[in-house]
Amino acid sequence: MNIWIIPPQKAMHSFFLGYAPFLPWNSGIMRHMETEKNNTPLVTVAVGGAAGDGIKEGGLHLSEIVQHIGCYVYMTPEYPSLIRGGHNYARLTYGDHPVHADHSMLDVIIATNAESVLLHRDGLKNDAVIFIDSPYAEHLKEISQNIVSLPMSEAAKEAGAPHAAGPSVGVGAYCYFAGLSREESEGIFGKVFGDILGGITMNVALALRGYDAAKASGLTPRLVFPIQNTDTQTGVLLEGNKAVALGFLSAGLEFFVGYPMTPASSILHFLAKESAKGKIKVIHPEDEITVINMALGIAYAGKRVAVSTATGGLALMQETFSLAGVSETPIALAISSRQGPATGAATRTSQGDLRFVISSGHGEFPRVVIAPGDPEEAFMAGQIALNFAWKFQTPAIVLLDKQLSESYQTSTVPSGNTEVTPHKKASGGEYLRYQYADDGVSPLAFPGTSNTKVKATSYEHDEFGIASDESDTVRAMQDKRWKKMEGIRSDARHFDTVKVYGDSSAKTAVLFWGSTKGPVLEAAAMIDTPLRLVQVLWMEPFPEEEVAKALDGADQIIDVEVNHNAQLAGLLREKTGIMCDEKILKYDARPFDPATLAKELQDKLKIS
Amino acid sequence: MELATHSKISWCPGCPNNQILVAFRKAVTEMCEAGTLKEENIVASAGVGCHAKILDYLNMNTFNALHGRSIPPIEGMKAANPSLTVVAFSGDGDSYSEGLSHLIHSAQRNSDINVFIHDNQIFALTTGQATATSPKGFKGLTRPTGSIEDPIDPLRMMMNAGATFVARTYAGEMGKTKDIMKAAMAHKGMSFIDIAQPCITFFDTRDFYKDNIAWLPEDHDVTNLDAAYHATKQSDGKIPMGIFYQVLKPTFEEQL
Repeated sequence: MNIWIIPPQKAMHSFFLGYAPFLPWNSGIMRHMETEKNNTPLVTVAVGGAAGDGIKEGGLHLSEIVQHIGCYVYMTPEYPSLIRGGHNYARLTYGDHPVHADHSMLDVIIATNAESVLLHRDGLKNDAVIFIDSPYAEHLKEISQNIVSLPMSEAAKEAGAPHAAGPSVGVGAYCYFAGLSREESEGIFGKVFGDILGGITMNVALALRGYDAAKASGLTPRLVFPIQNTDTQTGVLLEGNKAVALGFLSAGLEFFVGYPMTPASSILHFLAKESAKGKIKVIHPEDEITVINMALGIAYAGKRVAVSTATGGLALMQETFSLAGVSETPIALAISSRQGPATGAATRTSQGDLRFVISSGHGEFPRVVIAPGDPEEAFMAGQIALNFAWKFQTPAIVLLDKQLSESYQTSTVPSGNTEVTPHKKASGGEYLRYQYADDGVSPLAFPGTSNTKVKATSYEHDEFGIASDESDTVRAMQDKRWKKMEGIRSDARHFDTVKVYGDSSAKTAVLFWGSTKGPVLEAAAMIDTPLRLVQVLWMEPFPEEEVAKALDGADQIIDVEVNHNAQLAGLLREKTGIMCDEKILKYDARPFDPATLAKELQDKLKIS
Repeated sequence: MELATHSKISWCPGCPNNQILVAFRKAVTEMCEAGTLKEENIVASAGVGCHAKILDYLNMNTFNALHGRSIPPIEGMKAANPSLTVVAFSGDGDSYSEGLSHLIHSAQRNSDINVFIHDNQIFALTTGQATATSPKGFKGLTRPTGSIEDPIDPLRMMMNAGATFVARTYAGEMGKTKDIMKAAMAHKGMSFIDIAQPCITFFDTRDFYKDNIAWLPEDHDVTNLDAAYHATKQSDGKIPMGIFYQVLKPTFEEQL
């Protein structure tokens, strides 16, 4: 079964009740509706400041803390392409049910400079509280009454901690505001301040100083969520990049080759750390072309290997991707999309590379492309990609984007979830690397095997692996390779190639893919019209039948994508003939904000 | 030990690539017979160009990569299975022009690989254009009035890059070529051989080499980088050949 119908109450925690359509849309009404319809309020907090201020770490610590009070979180770090200065922020939205995207309107901002607050001025709710590093408190008096001055940089300096530890003071202050006792807070700090600048003890001390400062300021705590058992967390804080890396490991990864490129670099960084534990070997060679060519050599020699890069790096790898196809060398690739063309907006998100990625490599050969929508799906996609690559001896891609790669979400990845699909082994006799086979999959042997000559090649070839441009051979070898697609399609049916959320019989369908899943699920929770939410996960081979079934009977299909050309809508039409009636496209290198998307969806809904 | 395949040789009749093929088969046969190499543990790769046809004529593990990319796959193989002996055949167009970075970086990391360059100073398979080792003034299809670029010096470049075995030989001297190939494959570390290989169709240098090869003296100190560097050129214009440089350093794979 590859269409996953999720009961509305499970996927959405109920659709809203009692919302009158066509109300004027503004943030105040949105908040009201969120509360009234869901009865499950969401809290959004931003940690903001300059690069080098420890902004992302502050956001991560807060995210872990709210997981300790029974909540689920989604956090996005946003940053420009520079090392010091500029404006960075980490924005997290949490609630007592799974949250799929961060929202734009802030309940709280923790800022290490005034600029960060001013940049978020239009994103502050009326009763938003501003925690600001004390030197800047005076500058912000005109903006809001709810300003709490905190000695972030001063406390870090006095403690001899690095400047980047300053946000820990804000994190501590936030715990007071959220209604945690000092004792509970201290207990959680000890758990969440792990391997960070200045060490655990120092950061706990800084956070407690922030807690005390917030209390002394006379600020009234805002108890949105009752504090429950703080010993356990609701899940693991996981980002798409780490998830796909864990997925590769769960499928028996032995080698990893990568070259740093935002937003894929943290896959390489995480696995490099794993390699220090002796689990796998990791190589960072001179460029992306070397990365994929080395990886093919590693696989040819018999080791399970994956590579990662951004879509620009995949552009460099194109010719070798094609070599993987013709030489039938197993390789898994994690490819993260960022805003192009060319260097583009290097640290910002985009879904503008779907068509490029599925069409990778010159010539025609089978490949697998899976586009997960959240970290849990990214884990499975990594596992599937490496296993399919080895079972079918062809390249398999996990397509991510910056938003999914680097955003953190409370997740559950079963420990011990390993699945290593074996490859087809040679069974004696004369070895022919490209032996014709009914399923197109030739037995795989490796150099070092006695009486076995393994001849792999970029040229079209005969069964032994010697170059041939004879017309019969050229046609027969292509037929052999394409036979593998039947097996790939058949095996894909064991997985979720398409998922449907919300009301699977609703007349209005919303079509989306990748990280846009998050904002769509969040936006749908703000709309009381029944919606059928259809996520396409497998892009190659495209699940024509499953998508058609998921969209069957819909009167209106609204396509939602973070690109200019509605690439999934085009693919849907090409593969199934189904046309989308409406498109909501965003191509400003930022993900959808749920509330804004909800308004846009509402505007597109057919009046019934 | 049968190292020939069913493939018909399609080099030009008389092409010195045949001599490189024979030298390599002999080197492998002798090492296997001496017990210093196992037949199943050798892998040869190639890029694209006339040199690359050699793989079709070798009944052994081979990986025919893309143009300019013969080196990274064998680095991957060596990392994945250190018991393999890996050899990349490449050409001057293939590794001095297209894939030069791989050559330099494999030397930088002292990967335990062997790179044998069929250096005919021309893109031959594409019927005659200047490469990075074509002499200035060379009249090729892409600059009929003569090349305006000075050629690179591969031996000195590879010494600078960190190769731990640097040699030059002449395809026509099959015995010496075979011995240098054996020494390279026995060497632990990045081994580089520039093989002067006249292109008898587009750039026939056979007569030049007949009169202008100067083999290194027996007392040449291969461990002295400075001496090796200066020994690559002679003031009389003759082309020095032999093993210029050979030292032991930790390999990439040992440290990985």
